[in-house]
Amino acid sequence: MPGRRFVIGVPYAWLLIFFFLPFLILLYISFVDMGNEVHPFQPLWDAEQGVLLLKFENYWSIFRTGPDGALFQTLYVESYLRSIVYALITALLCLVIGYPFAYFIARSAPETRLILLMMLMLPFWTSFMLRVFAWKGILSDFGVLNQFLIWVGVTEEPLRLLYTDFSMLIGMVYVYLPFMVLPLYANLVKMDFRLLEAAYDLGASPFKAFWLITVPLSKPGIIAGMMLVFIPSMGEFVVPSLLGGADNLMIGRVVWDEMFIANNWPRAAALAVLMLVLILVPMMLYFRYGVRDSADGR
Amino acid sequence: MLPDVGKEGFLVTEKVVKRFDEALAVDEVSLSIEQGEIFALLGSSGCGKSTLLRMLAGFEKPTSGRILLGGQDVAQMPPYERPINMMFQSYALFPHLDIWENVAFGLKREGCPKDELKRRVGEMLDLVQLGDYARRKPHQLSGGQQQRVALARSLAKRPKLLLLDEPLGALDKKLREQTQFELVNIIEKVGVTCVMVTHDQEEAMIMARRIAVMSKGRVLQVGAPQDIYEFPVNRFVADFIGNVNLFDGHLSVDEIDHCAVQTAIGEVQIGHGVSGALNMPVAVAVRPEKIEISKTRPSGVDGNLFSGRVKEIAYFGSYNSFLVQASNGQKIKITEPNTTRHDLSDITWEDEVFFWWSNRAGVVLRD
Amino acid sequence: MTNWLNKHLGKVWLALVFLFLYAPLAFMILFSFNSTRQHAVFTGFSLRWYEALLADTRIVEGFIVSLQVAFVTGLLAAVLGTFCAFVLVRYQRFWGRTVFSGMATAPMVMPEVIIGLSLLLLMVGAQNVFGGPERGLITIIIGHTLLGMAFAMVVVQSRLQEVDRSIEEAAMDLGARPHQVFFLVTLPNIAPAILAAFLLAFTLSFDDVVITLFLSGPGVSTLPQVIFNYAVRGINPTIYAAATLLILTVTLFVVSYALWVARSTRKRQREMAQALRGGA
Repeated sequence: MPGRRFVIGVPYAWLLIFFFLPFLILLYISFVDMGNEVHPFQPLWDAEQGVLLLKFENYWSIFRTGPDGALFQTLYVESYLRSIVYALITALLCLVIGYPFAYFIARSAPETRLILLMMLMLPFWTSFMLRVFAWKGILSDFGVLNQFLIWVGVTEEPLRLLYTDFSMLIGMVYVYLPFMVLPLYANLVKMDFRLLEAAYDLGASPFKAFWLITVPLSKPGIIAGMMLVFIPSMGEFVVPSLLGGADNLMIGRVVWDEMFIANNWPRAAALAVLMLVLILVPMMLYFRYGVRDSADGR
Repeated sequence: MLPDVGKEGFLVTEKVVKRFDEALAVDEVSLSIEQGEIFALLGSSGCGKSTLLRMLAGFEKPTSGRILLGGQDVAQMPPYERPINMMFQSYALFPHLDIWENVAFGLKREGCPKDELKRRVGEMLDLVQLGDYARRKPHQLSGGQQQRVALARSLAKRPKLLLLDEPLGALDKKLREQTQFELVNIIEKVGVTCVMVTHDQEEAMIMARRIAVMSKGRVLQVGAPQDIYEFPVNRFVADFIGNVNLFDGHLSVDEIDHCAVQTAIGEVQIGHGVSGALNMPVAVAVRPEKIEISKTRPSGVDGNLFSGRVKEIAYFGSYNSFLVQASNGQKIKITEPNTTRHDLSDITWEDEVFFWWSNRAGVVLRD
Repeated sequence: MTNWLNKHLGKVWLALVFLFLYAPLAFMILFSFNSTRQHAVFTGFSLRWYEALLADTRIVEGFIVSLQVAFVTGLLAAVLGTFCAFVLVRYQRFWGRTVFSGMATAPMVMPEVIIGLSLLLLMVGAQNVFGGPERGLITIIIGHTLLGMAFAMVVVQSRLQEVDRSIEEAAMDLGARPHQVFFLVTLPNIAPAILAAFLLAFTLSFDDVVITLFLSGPGVSTLPQVIFNYAVRGINPTIYAAATLLILTVTLFVVSYALWVARSTRKRQREMAQALRGGA
């Protein structure tokens, strides 16, 4: 069918041009040398000498400060590690908060479920940046939370809540919670709860039945949710910018700074490539488990 | 397998084969179907009947072989060019269109002019008695009504061939019986040639003029319902249609007008010759309803008289079913109609009984 | 005890999480009416921030730009997403299917920084080779579409899988050619999903910050860009006013959509029940 080639070809072409090609360019740029004003980069191939001018230094400088510098002591390595840790903690917090949430929605009556889901998604439909921005106000030294704590008597001086790990994580969990809840919900709602009844019938307590049956069966949903939170939050940019401080530098912000403040595009590219490598395994995990149960955004 | 000899086929399949990767779904099927007849493809799931039907419709292309409709080879034609229409098992009514639009769909694709379109759609809806429901959507109709819409839709274009895919599969038993006759009436009234696919032998026997029994992609036997039932060509067909008792043995006597087979239960007499070699291994098939049963030895019966012990009894309302264990251990199925109330109720479990059948009741099978 | 816990733990947990989710929204709505800049004490009711909002040309312009970008993105993403969904659901085997599937879904999971950076490099490269396009609306739209397409595909895909394939075969059987089948039968049956995909892509685009920051050019600012620039500088209650208006609009849409869905489902159920009672 000739129509078939057209139908497959159009989206395929779009994806090749705007998804695949940029990554090739990214890889390419990460190996070139920084240039001057006119040409942002030096060419990769020296036509006169016929030599490939690969600048591995772009990558090496990520790992050590100078040719003799100590390995893994750089700012970059620090922020990679920090990003991974933050992303991991965010994912775990989202799981702990989100799993029961998804579970209880899945177990509600069908009519209530829809309402609860809408209530979950409504904040999502309003600008996420505005909501993160609001936390700035709530957590500031003269903000609502501090005033409340002083009023209640927990503390006398306002607590430093903003631009800390605490505010960062609140922001991250806040933004990414729906991404954990939706795949979990999609998985749990399809589960046959009669399996639990069978377990009770055989003598298991509700607690045990939950751990031995419900949780293992929701494994695909858990993995999908974790990956859907972990991977993008690793490169999160907005939340650290608004709620994080100088100590909370994450790799997303570092790439930006490298691009637009240091103007070192090749190194920024190298940083991005490295980030890609780091998320490759989690992404494959997601494709394996998540593509069928993933969030459909509603 | 030989095509039906002697008839000019309106729909002819010539050695049609369909292979999916390694699996052979349809294995050299050659059939010849007459114009205006209702023809059934009967078999259990996986026998290839649905694949064959889909090839007739155009949703699959044969790996090899020809399909001739009125002399024209349609095997490579896409479904939208064939003068063939199908009624789907799930009805496949368009949920976003009302009944009228559903029936009109095919005619619109043909470019049928407005006035004629109106007339023909009205005609079809009247034929299935759904004229009043024209503006309803499929989900507003019951299952039986939806089926009638599907039928009307498939007949609207006056196709040369009508295909039915398990037409009664979705209906419950009571509705099925009613619908079987209605369907046949409408199809015969319209006069269209029809090929239906089913796994239900009752359905095939009631609705079709001729049946092709299929298994593992091959056609085992083609014939009218009574031919297939009374004269199955082999074990599989005998066992597939209805219930049957099979007695294995060797041909001991073979004359022009009678023969006998020596089996484990004794000598079985058959009222026709088989022209085979003496001592060749054969089986005799006897249907349960052709066997009579009694506690007392019947008089005037010679041949095909045996005895055994009643092991199981089941009451089916209109008939009784017995399972009798003969002296050699073989279990024989016997059914007797309930002609008067409490008939045969004096036979009970573990009774010693006699059972016999006439020499015209058995059929000799070679394989 | 376990029973009480079982019964009420759910509601308590749900309530707490919803409190967490809605606190910022409530906070912004409340303080958008505050008469002073204070964001801890409510000093009095005032509409001054709404006035300031309407007077702030940057915000208003940004809003209009965002609307335009989001609308075009929504359309492109819905169309391309439907293409992708159709391809993946209907064609089980073609060359490079896994790669295609991976490329289409990846933007959904990937950090936006990577997408933004690589697209920027592509644009710069294109500028060097072709002399265009200039960084601005077009580049932003392309970036947003890539993201929106992935989500749109998932939405349409799930609906497409539910559609009974035999209605497409029935259409072909009745004489419809493949493109007619798509437009007359398939499309009407997945239309709600395509609409949902459009809305989803629209929202994602309207809301997007990172890709926009990487791909935008001088003179063009989307609303999130404007707000982001304000936000890194400090608290500005005008933003709260903007947020409140946005929340109200969205709530209005969501609630009316929910009511409409509920009403049409009930109507449909009534009709089906009637049909069953009406007899064969």
